[in-house]
Amino acid sequence: MTSATPPTVVVRGPAYPPHEAAGIWVWVEQHDGVVEDVSRELLGKGRDLASRLAQPLVAVVLGAPQHAGVGAADAAALGADEVLVVGHAALAHYATDPYTDALDQLVRRRKPAILLLGATPDGRDLAGRLAVRLYTGLTADCTDLTIGPSGLLESHVVGFGGGIAAIITCQRHAPQMATVRPGVFPQPAATVRSNASERIRPASVDLDSAAERVRVLERQVHAEAGLTRAPVVVIGGAGTRGDFHLLEALAETLDGEVGATRVAVDQGWIGRDRQIGQTGVVVRPKVAIACGVSGASQLTVGISGADTVIAINSDAGAPLFDAADYGVVGDLFRVLPPLLAELRTDQPKAVTAERRPA
Amino acid sequence: MRIVVCVKAVPKPEEVGMNPETRTLDRSKARSEINPPDMHALEMAFALRDRVGGTVTLLSMGPPMFVPYLRLGLAMGADDAYLLSDRAFGAADTLATSYTLAKGLERIAATAGPWDVVLCGEESSDGATAQVPPGIAEWLDIPQATYVSEIAPGDGQTAPAIEVRREIKGGEERLRVPLPAVLSVAAGANVPRFFDPDRRAIAESAEVVVWDAAAVAADPALIGAAGSATTVAAVESAGRVERRHEMLSGPPEETARTLAGVIRAALSA
Repeated sequence: MTSATPPTVVVRGPAYPPHEAAGIWVWVEQHDGVVEDVSRELLGKGRDLASRLAQPLVAVVLGAPQHAGVGAADAAALGADEVLVVGHAALAHYATDPYTDALDQLVRRRKPAILLLGATPDGRDLAGRLAVRLYTGLTADCTDLTIGPSGLLESHVVGFGGGIAAIITCQRHAPQMATVRPGVFPQPAATVRSNASERIRPASVDLDSAAERVRVLERQVHAEAGLTRAPVVVIGGAGTRGDFHLLEALAETLDGEVGATRVAVDQGWIGRDRQIGQTGVVVRPKVAIACGVSGASQLTVGISGADTVIAINSDAGAPLFDAADYGVVGDLFRVLPPLLAELRTDQPKAVTAERRPA
Repeated sequence: MRIVVCVKAVPKPEEVGMNPETRTLDRSKARSEINPPDMHALEMAFALRDRVGGTVTLLSMGPPMFVPYLRLGLAMGADDAYLLSDRAFGAADTLATSYTLAKGLERIAATAGPWDVVLCGEESSDGATAQVPPGIAEWLDIPQATYVSEIAPGDGQTAPAIEVRREIKGGEERLRVPLPAVLSVAAGANVPRFFDPDRRAIAESAEVVVWDAAAVAADPALIGAAGSATTVAAVESAGRVERRHEMLSGPPEETARTLAGVIRAALSA
């Protein structure tokens, strides 16, 4: 099974010097014509950065010919000055090699200053590979993006326990790359722009000469968790000991969603798409109810945007109480049943009517 | 199947503090552990070896204090271990780190024979970038698959390949990955085994091969701070959100009424 010629390190060198670079690019992630929320959020933040730098905001949409166009129209409506669209059968579903090849070719041709990607599983797969292909700097999971006095992108990241913030820059390489978790930035409103369609430009890339490497045999997507838009998020941690049924009932009663800590996800109690925190989803609900969650900073970063945080934990010393508005020291299996009963018996109609997701 | 697992030691996050005067990370009081996501990569490697035979080799980059953690991996069942250790490797970002590990993999193939697959944890618990596995694959110009939850021996129809399950947003996909390749293993993909007590004593004195930059023929311009594209421009303590810190106590029914009121008020705000 061992290959005859072991792979050796390939050094490609920089793509282009930073002083030749201009433009803020956002990779618009779409699956079957549906644009990811995080890409919309990045177009909103990208607009700010473009204004600060007086440079154009460019959206890049890759996909099957029939799908890429839909994403492109979305991107144009969300404020991109230019939308580069590559419709190609090899890009029908995300795969590392054709997506890296396509973006690499476009970037080398047009020399953007900044390239932003959503920190989804596919976005992280792509960004990590592309940054080395382009021999440039990449900062993961930024909590904010700003422009410094010299025009450099400042990528803000939160370190150990959420207590430490660092600003990362990439001065000598281009493009300056960053990934951002879903939910970190608000979504911009779509606007009707008279010349939106004129901003969409088909671009061509050569994907035929590359050898096929990884082949997608099957792809299954289940219903997605609507965590970033939910008004209430009920979060379970180690204290649930894997039993989420009371949390699910509470979320259902409040038209909310269930989330989980990394520990709970790592234990296999709940799907990764429900992980809240620095390495999961950042949520900004009206109410976050954390049940049996100790409160590692990794988690608290993910709920720092919540209007109200309620913590229920049997350990009075749990750090999450320091990050909560209301705390209850007690076993969640004793605290939640009367709360559920209370909410179910006397639920003002206005609350359910207003908060039911569209 | 010759398997290499990239591992690192990380400070236990709950034990890392901050020096209030210098406003820098204080890791002096923190104990270390094998990066928890790497434990899942190790388990996947051992399970694969159990099934199809072969060897499991450990590779790490870090200071000499990493040696005991590699010995722990040997006690879990790894066959040999290599540590890339050189002051010149220090202060590396993911660009320089993935280059250095790729050079180590090149050297392992040259001295111990070619490997088939490299397994990594999906990310480190300290850096949490998940950028190193795709970076290694790109430096070596070989296929990658990230967030792999399951690995099956390939059908071997054309070229040597394996079939894997990969976690994607809201679902999963099955991929056929030609070898050699780099895989990152999804956290929670399996239950990592404990070290083997019988191997523990042997591992205490087992050899960990230590290579410096020259040993792996690393270009000095591509390693450590010199080879890093990103720099930490500023570090500050993060502003915490002000919270009310109101503790509710009393009979469960009373607490429930108070909480229900709080929730309703917040939702209608």
